[in-house]
Amino acid sequence: MRVLVIEDDQETATFLKRALKESGHVAEYAGDGQSGLDLARANAYDVLIVDRMLPKCDGLTVIGALRAEEISTPALILSALGEVDDRVKGLRAGGDYYLTKPYAFSELLARIEALARRKSPEEGNTRFQVGDLVLDRLSHKVTRAGEAIMLQPREFRLLEYLMKHAGQVVTRTMLLENVWDYHFDPQTNVIDVHISRLRSKIDKNFGNALLHTVRGAGYTIRDSAH
Amino acid sequence: MTALTKLFRTTTFRLSLTYLALFSAAAIVAIAYIYWHTTVLLSQQLSQTIDAELKGLAEQYRAGGLEQLVRTVAERSGTPGNSLYLVADSEGRRLAGNLSAVTPDLWNSLGPVEFVYRRPAPGGVENRLAFANVFRLPSGYRLIVGRDIEDRRELARLVRQAMLWGLGVMALFGIGGGYWVSRKLLTRIDTLAATTRTIMEGDLGRRLPVTGSGDELDRLSDSLNLMLSRIEQLMAGLREVSDNIAHDLKTPLNRLRNRVEGALREPYGEPVYREALERTIEEADGLIKTFNALLSIARIEAGAGGENRESLDVSALLRDVAELYEPVAEERGLELKTEVEAPIFIRADRQLIGQAIANLIDNAIKYGTAATEKGKAASPEITVSARAEGATAEIVVTDRGPGVPLSERERVLDRFVRLEASRSEPGSGLGLSLVAAVARLHGGKLKLEDNAPGLRVILALPVDGEALVNGAARQAPSGAEIRTA
Repeated sequence: MRVLVIEDDQETATFLKRALKESGHVAEYAGDGQSGLDLARANAYDVLIVDRMLPKCDGLTVIGALRAEEISTPALILSALGEVDDRVKGLRAGGDYYLTKPYAFSELLARIEALARRKSPEEGNTRFQVGDLVLDRLSHKVTRAGEAIMLQPREFRLLEYLMKHAGQVVTRTMLLENVWDYHFDPQTNVIDVHISRLRSKIDKNFGNALLHTVRGAGYTIRDSAH
Repeated sequence: MTALTKLFRTTTFRLSLTYLALFSAAAIVAIAYIYWHTTVLLSQQLSQTIDAELKGLAEQYRAGGLEQLVRTVAERSGTPGNSLYLVADSEGRRLAGNLSAVTPDLWNSLGPVEFVYRRPAPGGVENRLAFANVFRLPSGYRLIVGRDIEDRRELARLVRQAMLWGLGVMALFGIGGGYWVSRKLLTRIDTLAATTRTIMEGDLGRRLPVTGSGDELDRLSDSLNLMLSRIEQLMAGLREVSDNIAHDLKTPLNRLRNRVEGALREPYGEPVYREALERTIEEADGLIKTFNALLSIARIEAGAGGENRESLDVSALLRDVAELYEPVAEERGLELKTEVEAPIFIRADRQLIGQAIANLIDNAIKYGTAATEKGKAASPEITVSARAEGATAEIVVTDRGPGVPLSERERVLDRFVRLEASRSEPGSGLGLSLVAAVARLHGGKLKLEDNAPGLRVILALPVDGEALVNGAARQAPSGAEIRTA
């Protein structure tokens, strides 16, 4: 994945570049809004990481300019301003996700991978399959190795989201936002308990586990046999 | 600015001047009107009398000729008074009467006329004003009958003088009164201004003086004093909060620093470093959470989040959040019961209300187990319910934990306040503060009650009036049925 980081803080930029490289991505860097805009126009990136406060031309303007030119590269906005109205402003300007500083790198990575994937055709799929686990979005049926699994509506949506992002790391915040539509901190490890319930239904009586915990980051569903 | 110019600039003084001008104008108009009317009336009466007398004398003339006229005029002229008579021949020679030298102007005029005549006076001759009617007799003789109206001139002079004096006195009283009232008011305003300045300079305990008369300045001072008390209270609150923040943020920061320092002290090797770093990240995450919660509370208290309000069904939201926590409660051996009736609509920010409900349920789960652990008979259940009480939607969360003693119920809503018994549970002491702030933002209230045993928390929020009306309309049997998928 080719990522452009537009960030004026040198240290943050260096950290992001190195961490992205270690995660197997190619990262380029621009130190201000104007050069970031030039780079984003000139090259085809999979994802942009844009800091909101930038010299010369602020982050929202950069994204607005790109959208006006119909360059729809997914953009993740980084900002210290984290209130709901700031988020709304960011998304209205054409940003695809808004991440508040300070953030965990694992969260950022999971987000940009999800954003890059959003363009893929899988979005419209009516049927997801991971190993021998099959989820049918139309009939709301889940089977593993041909055996029907009964899920509560919420569990179904949880599994649906995980399978839509199969092979990717999905963070707890992503689950809370996309499955429950909550944008607040639930204090306790509520998501973990829901995951462990789901796990007991889809993994417990079968040989290989599909739903994995990624330490310090979140969860992923993948067929480890491959 | 001198004291005097300051005084002249006061509203009171300017008002006094304006009123003075208005009253003076009114007085002038009134007096002038009366004077003019009186004069007209007197003139009319005078000319009527003269006309009557002239007619009488003309009768005499017709009856007895010039001779009788001269006799009668001479007779009448003899009686003292202000009547003036003259009978003269065509050359202006006087035959009888008390009016001496007559100007040709008067002589040649006909009908009513006003003129000045001379009259012998103690010190010589004086000029006096007269009004007369000149009548031409057939023989070319002239008969003049008139009255001395010098008194009227005197009256006009008197009226003018009275007016001037009156206006002078009025101006004096007006300006003097205005000055006095303005001075009095200015002194009080100056005192208020001086006090305000002392307060601004930092003496927050000072209050504005109240005279006790209950006038408008007193009322203003009272309101300002109340405002000052509120500000002082807020400042004290702020100071307390900063102290708490300093303590509650510095403690984990210090812990974090100690851990890193401890790991660095000796070359322990990678596993130890890794563990120390992981713990450091955990600690940092905890700090970020606390920090975010604090910022949220501050933003909510400053009135943010009001613009994202929508009409939402609090029953559905409650069921939703309860469902999120249900597995957690079960894992802890608690039964989470949700009692929700019909939809209740409130106008609120979904995320904030969701967060508030989540905090309440989270608290109930964290602290609801304590009593059962001690082997008390209470069943380990948590109930979550929503009901409409008139125009108020009540979200009630109860647990069977140790509860909160009556004396502490106010205090636990403050930031960072945690009861001794709860220190073992993870938490920042900000959960209830946030709920209270959310309640206040939405015009509601947060109440803590005894659940005997346990705690009952009631989050009361005003029902959305519009939805209430629409809902009633929808329930009306005659109304058109609206089906929703």
